[in-house]
Amino acid sequence: MQPDPGKGQLIYFDNAATSWPKPAGMVEAMGYYNEMVGGSPGRSGHRRSIDAGRIILETREALAELFGIDDSLRIIFTKNATEALNIALLGLLQSGDHVIATCMEHNSVMRPLRFLETQGVQISVVSCSGDGRLNREDVQTAIRPQTRLLVVTHASNVTGTIQPIAELGQLARDHGVLFCVDAAQTAGALPIHVDEMAIDLLAFSGHKSLFGPQGTGGFYIRRGLEQRLRPLMMGGTGSRSEFEAQPDFMPDKYESGTPNAIGLAGLGAGVRFVLAEGVEAIRSKEEELTKRFLKGLASLKGITVYGPADAADRAAVVSFNIDGVSPSEGSLELDERFGILCRPGLHCAPAAHRTIGTFPRGTIRFGFGYFNTEEEISLALEAIRSLALRE
Amino acid sequence: MEAPPYAVFLFPSVSHALKAEKILKARGIAHKVIPVPRHISSDCGVCLRVAAEQKELAAEALQGLATWEKMVLL
Repeated sequence: MQPDPGKGQLIYFDNAATSWPKPAGMVEAMGYYNEMVGGSPGRSGHRRSIDAGRIILETREALAELFGIDDSLRIIFTKNATEALNIALLGLLQSGDHVIATCMEHNSVMRPLRFLETQGVQISVVSCSGDGRLNREDVQTAIRPQTRLLVVTHASNVTGTIQPIAELGQLARDHGVLFCVDAAQTAGALPIHVDEMAIDLLAFSGHKSLFGPQGTGGFYIRRGLEQRLRPLMMGGTGSRSEFEAQPDFMPDKYESGTPNAIGLAGLGAGVRFVLAEGVEAIRSKEEELTKRFLKGLASLKGITVYGPADAADRAAVVSFNIDGVSPSEGSLELDERFGILCRPGLHCAPAAHRTIGTFPRGTIRFGFGYFNTEEEISLALEAIRSLALRE
Repeated sequence: MEAPPYAVFLFPSVSHALKAEKILKARGIAHKVIPVPRHISSDCGVCLRVAAEQKELAAEALQGLATWEKMVLL
């Protein structure tokens, strides 16, 4: 870490945007790729190309293990969760279809849906409680004969609220509705099993709790669903080069153009780190940090906390406000005076802020990660106390 | 006529071929990833070569785990 002049070490609480620092193995894997591999995966038959392909396969296999996916080739790589969600939504929904989303969705879901609305897709946005919780019955009520898809964020990027994914997946399956989960905040941080949760499409971010570099993400597609999902991009795949039609098999159908191989080498190391530490252990530590922070905030005056009271009901994300201090002022002071890095504002999720009553003001958001410490939580609580008292 | 010494398995893509390679490696079946011979296919990818007498063993190992498009004796 770079020391902050005169203020000691930086405290990085923006893990909900991008995790930092990364495990040592991630940086090493990218360095190794750059020095020792360097070829174009899936494109040529020479050893460096094949090595590049092997590294990408290993990343797929590690993710398949993490999410309980039996065939790693059902995982598609994209540049981020946003691109994955765009492929899922724009590739699946057509005029006349009905889709159900929740008021806690990120703009990576809401913006493609609002575009699709102009193309004749009907949209229902199911309300959530003031702490962001979705009620299964409200989803059930919204289902119509034309409902094609239910799309739900596993955990809110604003409040951290965890939705009952397994329950919702079963509900969707019982009604013949496809189920897409936005796991941007949870992949690597909470247990995810695609079969046990009846997930048809799982979008994940590589650079958050999977500890990959930026520019990595992807999605899983349940077997057979690729026949109904149009690709957003078409082009060279290294396969079926004699044909001008896009391949119809996984993963090539959705992976046109040279991939971010060096990034995927890093992502593979990140996922292997998660597997080695264990999602349960990672969750346990992050939940403990969150619990400690929530408890500390509750003892301070002039602080409003949003989202579930119990740390067990949220990912390691906490949004709060300090009376009389705007989120942008507060975060600037936290950075400049205390070296605490976080994110103020609306967090690309305006409907979520409307739900918790913080639109358009926004909140200060702390996103904790596996590498944060109890000491950092204590220092942050002291800093917030000081801001609340205008010291 | 002498039996051909090698058989190659052709796959839809390099990802499939490398997945199959991993399976053969785990099963201890000798193999080599080689560019697809031009006379078999005009595809620009790679394929898996095994000794001809091991083709049934390899096929059995890959069955249901890595789909191959065709198996050709060289």
